Amino acid sequence: MIRVALAGNPNSGKTTLFNALTGSSAHVGNWPGVTVDKREGEYKRKGYEPISIIDLPGIYSLSPYTPEEVISRNYIIDEKPDCVINVVDATNLERNLYLTTQLLEMDVPIVIALNMIDVVKKNKDEINYNKLSKALGVPVLPVSALKEKDFSSLMQVVNEEASKKRKGTTLLEKTNLNDLVNEIKGLYEEKGENNSLFHSIKLIEGDSIERKNHEKIYQKVEEFKSNFNDETFGNDLEAIIADERYKFIQEECSISFKKHQEPEYIVDKKGRKKKVKEGTISDRIDKVLTNRIFGLIIFVVILFFVFHLTFGEDLFYLKAMGAFNNTDVTLGAGTTWEGILFSSGTGIQSPGVLLQTILVGFTDFITEQVGIGLDLAGASSWANALICDGILAGIFSVLSFLPQILLLFLFFSILEDSGYMARVAFILDRIFRRFGVSGRAFMPMIMGFGCSIPAMTNTRTLATDRERTATIRVIPFFSCSAKLPILTACAGATVTLFGVGNADLITLGMYGAGIIIAIIALLVLRSTTLRGETPPFIMELPAYHWPKFSSLMLHVWDKCKHFVKKAFTIILVSNLVIWVLQSFTPSWQYIEYGDDGFVTGLTTNDSILANIGKIIQPLFTPLGFGSQLGTFGWVFAVGAITGLIAKENVIATFAMLGAVVASVPGVGGIVSDIEGASDVAMMIQATNINIPGILAFVVFNMTTIPCFAAVATAKAELNKGKLKNTIVFWLITSYIAGTIIYLVGTWWWTVFIVLVVIALAIVSIHFINKARDKKANLTLNN
Amino acid sequence: MEKTLDTFKIGEKGVIIKVNGEGVTRRRLFDMGVTPGANAKLVKKAPLGDPIEITIRNYELTLRKNEAKQVTLKVED
Repeated sequence: MIRVALAGNPNSGKTTLFNALTGSSAHVGNWPGVTVDKREGEYKRKGYEPISIIDLPGIYSLSPYTPEEVISRNYIIDEKPDCVINVVDATNLERNLYLTTQLLEMDVPIVIALNMIDVVKKNKDEINYNKLSKALGVPVLPVSALKEKDFSSLMQVVNEEASKKRKGTTLLEKTNLNDLVNEIKGLYEEKGENNSLFHSIKLIEGDSIERKNHEKIYQKVEEFKSNFNDETFGNDLEAIIADERYKFIQEECSISFKKHQEPEYIVDKKGRKKKVKEGTISDRIDKVLTNRIFGLIIFVVILFFVFHLTFGEDLFYLKAMGAFNNTDVTLGAGTTWEGILFSSGTGIQSPGVLLQTILVGFTDFITEQVGIGLDLAGASSWANALICDGILAGIFSVLSFLPQILLLFLFFSILEDSGYMARVAFILDRIFRRFGVSGRAFMPMIMGFGCSIPAMTNTRTLATDRERTATIRVIPFFSCSAKLPILTACAGATVTLFGVGNADLITLGMYGAGIIIAIIALLVLRSTTLRGETPPFIMELPAYHWPKFSSLMLHVWDKCKHFVKKAFTIILVSNLVIWVLQSFTPSWQYIEYGDDGFVTGLTTNDSILANIGKIIQPLFTPLGFGSQLGTFGWVFAVGAITGLIAKENVIATFAMLGAVVASVPGVGGIVSDIEGASDVAMMIQATNINIPGILAFVVFNMTTIPCFAAVATAKAELNKGKLKNTIVFWLITSYIAGTIIYLVGTWWWTVFIVLVVIALAIVSIHFINKARDKKANLTLNN
Repeated sequence: MEKTLDTFKIGEKGVIIKVNGEGVTRRRLFDMGVTPGANAKLVKKAPLGDPIEITIRNYELTLRKNEAKQVTLKVED
């Protein structure tokens, strides 16, 4: 089967063309070792052999600046596709053809697909395809990936070209570098290298990959440089070649392009002259969205609506504003769906919450029916519980995130595709640079407040691996919606029991603590394991455009498919293990939990999990919820473990044990309308944990390893081998944060010890880094 | 008059005459079309004054002042 690769600039419409060519046959994976989308599909047409199509990542050049560029370059060199379709944005010929001049140097047939030709026509500009084709020496075909459906003429040419062999050509042959190119090329050919022209020009450019592999040949280049002097550039060959490429584009290709000149004035019907508005629509939108004063405000408003539509329980605060005070309506009263859509008591749910409620209602119904069915079939109670509580409840609790993840994805994809996300990075870069990341990292972090999963996937928009890893690591510190019950229940219980402070303030304070920990963690990462210069921020700001519905759907569908697959594999297994651990005693007796509490006299206190909890309990002593808590203290340790399934389980674990601790003297009597608060209050009474201990427990759960679903996402998004360190990082961070809160909260004077330790750490990191730099410099100089 | 890109005022235009610096940043600037001979215009600055946005080779490019400092342009007096 013929293999064809699509190459082109980001935003050149490459992926749109790919989707149009391959339709439903497309599938997305990752390139080996790196998290860059690998799209593959087949072009099928009646009566023809199918053509395999691979969408290379969007790139500006073939120099190894980003992983995307290295992938594209290696794919063409190593995998030798039969033909490359170079997708060129016809509305931005000059910069797009820069990549073309490099592709032409490779020994592969090339066909240029001049995309967005409809926009060119609309602007009344003209392009002479024949002239362009002649200048470049390869076929040029106009297409409109967005509007057209039939690409048979393009694929016809691709088919013909693929059967021919093509040797690389270069524009440098008309320059005074031609002799050098030929000489180096000869040396490569002696070595039997393919793509000798491409390799030799990259070496002359001083390309880092090429130099590493052919240091000997590079000496010839150095020799040449010492005798070479250009008027403007001296012996800077890299600059000369870049300049020659753009000169070639301007001189040879611009003649094929004729720009339509808009008259400065138009004359209206009454004969008055009117000035034509300056700039395109995109320019005018941009003026408002990135305005110096309103830019930040507009951004906050957009963000608010995205979150409100996804997580809001009271749409547009109509209920809070008293819109339904005088009505008494509940839609669907008396049915299963009572009040889901609307109830004057709770207001209107946002689309995200509505979808979630419907899905949960549906899955609960399934679980219930399966339970009844199993009972009728005579299944034993543990088998019933295994299927309903272990398998189904596990899968469904993960799936219940799906509607909101999906919506959050959709909103952020719209912002991304429209071109707004690039502007957000532009607006916020100044602030984020200080923490070693660019403005782009803000979006995934803020998404973390909703759900870590789409947030981690969104880090793909970041430029470097280092930035991506750092961002993924701190995302869980932006407390997600599932962690909110931990915050509210613990804050509620603390306020009721100890009579201190205000529950809302404590909750808000915990959110703030998470952000502060994230910032500190970024700074620490920047100067320890993820060291290096702040990556440069040189980025195209693409013109605004309406996102295309079908590509949005494809995007969202890809992500969801991935998530659902994970729910049924790694997450399911992990959940099952935890269920078994909490439902059986070490001698494999089943702990039955019915509607009225524990049935057989055995309680969760006897489970394997409780025993594990008791073993690891001392570990949490420095955090205030370890050995000092006595008999029931292990619940805190176990809560942290069950929280791995889903963070909602932390409080649910407390609730399960409520029945056990209720018999302890001095426990009970606290009633709170905050969900889970009374359970937490009972545990506080039973264990005599102090306030700093509770706060440390909350912060520990907020910043430790997130749920399995998020860990699975992190594994998929991080480069190979990075997950292990990331998990260690989460453990250490949460442990240190918890310890500091407990120590300083309990004995205020320990703040001095903590400060001294921090100061020592900073000083030693500083000196270690200095020593490392010195060593690095030495090896460089040798 | 010659001046570096980071000192430009909004709306100011010039022709690039030199790109200093080294390594990947410089390479990237070349790849994005910031090469001697190209016309550039400062379109706007971010709300906090940095990064900046320029029009070059018919498209919009953003870069930090730190990188813009490496680019010298000739401005009509």
